[in-house]
Amino acid sequence: MFSKIMVPIDLAHIEVIEPSLAAVADLARHYDAEVCYVGVTSSTPSSVARTPEEFQKKLEAFAQQRAQVHGQPVSAQTVHSADPVANLDDLLIQAIKDVGADLVVMPTHPPKHLDVIMSSHGGKIATHTDVSVFLVRPKPD
Amino acid sequence: MDKHPHDDNNPEANKSSEGIPAPEGAADLIDTDYVIGQDNITASPMGINLDLHGKVFTISSIVILFFVVIALALQDQIEPIFNVGFSFLTVNMAWFFLLAANIFVILSIVLIFTPLGKVRIGGAEAKPDFSYLGWFSMLFAAGMGIGLMYFGVSEPMDHFQSALGGIATENGARTDWSPLGAAEGNEQAAIALGMAATIFHWGLHPWAIYAVVALALALFSFNKGLPLTMRSIFYPVLGERVWGWPGHVIDILAVFATLFGLATSLGLGAQQATSGLNDLFGIPDTNTTMVLLIMGITVVAMGSIFLGVDKGVQQLSKLNMGLAFLLLLFVIIVGPTLMIATGFFQNLMSYLVNLPGLSNPFGREDANFSQGWTAFYWAWWISWSPFVGMFIARVSRGRTVREFLIAVLLVPSLVSVLWMTSFGTAGIQQFLAGTFEGDADALFIMLGGLPLTEITSFIAIVLVMVFFITSSDSGSLVIDSITAGGKVDAPKPQRLFWAIIEGAIAIALLLGGGLAALQTAVITTGLPFTLVLLVACYAIVKGLMSEPRAV
Repeated sequence: MFSKIMVPIDLAHIEVIEPSLAAVADLARHYDAEVCYVGVTSSTPSSVARTPEEFQKKLEAFAQQRAQVHGQPVSAQTVHSADPVANLDDLLIQAIKDVGADLVVMPTHPPKHLDVIMSSHGGKIATHTDVSVFLVRPKPD
Repeated sequence: MDKHPHDDNNPEANKSSEGIPAPEGAADLIDTDYVIGQDNITASPMGINLDLHGKVFTISSIVILFFVVIALALQDQIEPIFNVGFSFLTVNMAWFFLLAANIFVILSIVLIFTPLGKVRIGGAEAKPDFSYLGWFSMLFAAGMGIGLMYFGVSEPMDHFQSALGGIATENGARTDWSPLGAAEGNEQAAIALGMAATIFHWGLHPWAIYAVVALALALFSFNKGLPLTMRSIFYPVLGERVWGWPGHVIDILAVFATLFGLATSLGLGAQQATSGLNDLFGIPDTNTTMVLLIMGITVVAMGSIFLGVDKGVQQLSKLNMGLAFLLLLFVIIVGPTLMIATGFFQNLMSYLVNLPGLSNPFGREDANFSQGWTAFYWAWWISWSPFVGMFIARVSRGRTVREFLIAVLLVPSLVSVLWMTSFGTAGIQQFLAGTFEGDADALFIMLGGLPLTEITSFIAIVLVMVFFITSSDSGSLVIDSITAGGKVDAPKPQRLFWAIIEGAIAIALLLGGGLAALQTAVITTGLPFTLVLLVACYAIVKGLMSEPRAV
């Protein structure tokens, strides 16, 4: 049903995406799909990498590490921007087209009042793309 | 501080994120153990995430609060202190400002023609993040914006009048404010000299100041992998110590200069917009109007910040370029077209001919002009340079050094020549025809002397407001990045916080009357920053020498 799963990755906050990574592994095996890990970074040095090239290398290493876990083919794609925070949603929506994904799996937070002014990235992306989006919410405590 | 490719010689430096190996490649990064954001504090009060540099954020916030309170509470006591400090600086250090600015111009021009100009910001393979139009619009809006609106008519007029008035002396010292040897009674010569002096203040020198800061920051951030904050420029001099207190102090100074520079400039813009609204719609020229204006504009600025660089500042800057171009075209066509057309080349020539005299740091006869005008301007541009330089740096990845310098130095200087010639000539012509009266809202008076006043004045007001918004927006980005330890991907609410603070300070100072004292204080920061800029010159050359040349 799905052949290419896109997974937005925040290398600076890897703990946030841990739960959704498990879901990605299961889905990838179930549908025998390729997994494309997409990272958005600033073109200026960041806490993760000092250049976009370094970021891409780290992302590739991360993808390979995940491939060991789920055994499906992987790829890694870095998107860099002068203002990644403000452009994140648009960059990811564009990346969905660029990598040709048919499913996006990403973590999100439970709905909250602040969403009215600053909507969640997952919600925004789901409303602006044609492909299926699977939002993984954290388990309630 | 030795530089070599960031390879696996230093495994410690590669442990920035657990489990993820660092690359092996030919990037000529500076080898440092510092991880961006390592000194940051993260918290999420009320569901809003924060990520700030503990010391820089805390201390600069406290210092800013302290200065605002002092400036408001003790303005009568504090103003003389600043004034003494300031006149000491401009009188005794004028030579230093003038000399330093000349060094920046020479370095920038020389770099255009050397092979070092081939180095590409962000590495040989880097692609520009913005189109030429968007990039140039942003440079220009950040660099001069409100100032061109404010001084476009009034400054040429000032110099013209004082030059026409000739030299006046008292006890052997000159008391006139005319540049160089003046041009008593000779209208043509006075126009030429007045325009040359104005263009001098808005031409190569200010843009060289910006170019030096921006190039140093861009180089050390994009090519050397250091965080995008002022302290990174000092790496070649201070080495690892820049991550400690010397670096904190530099960053705090930069925040201080940026915030107060912005607040005073916002005050200036609010005053001009209010006087324009008064001329046009009869809206009362009161403090209430100004406060409402600052609040309204800050809200719009927050909207623009929310949209980010690409969809916010960039689009507004383009809009402003378009409007400014229309206004310029209007003044050229409807105003004294022929005089402006010939004046452009005459003024450019007059500028180049008078440049050595005007920029000479030593043994000046025209002390009032060189200290009161030029040294003041240089200190002013320099105190603005951390803000403008950092913003320019951030949007300049992917350009070669040569391209960068042409776009930041030569093109804006030519635009300044055209702008000043058009607005200045139009104003001076009206003055000579006896139809020009006034000084403070010179721009609107000049537009009042041309047809379609309502429309052009309205465009001028919109221009002032949008320049105001772009300044507030880009300023917030810069301050946020400095106080977040060089992170440009810190949470968005922090940027909004700084926009509110800028507006609040501008209002407080406008109402409390502390604006003048703080303006002086900001310019006083020009002196330490001149040293910062001289270090930047050294850092640029040293940094460029170790870069691979782009094709």
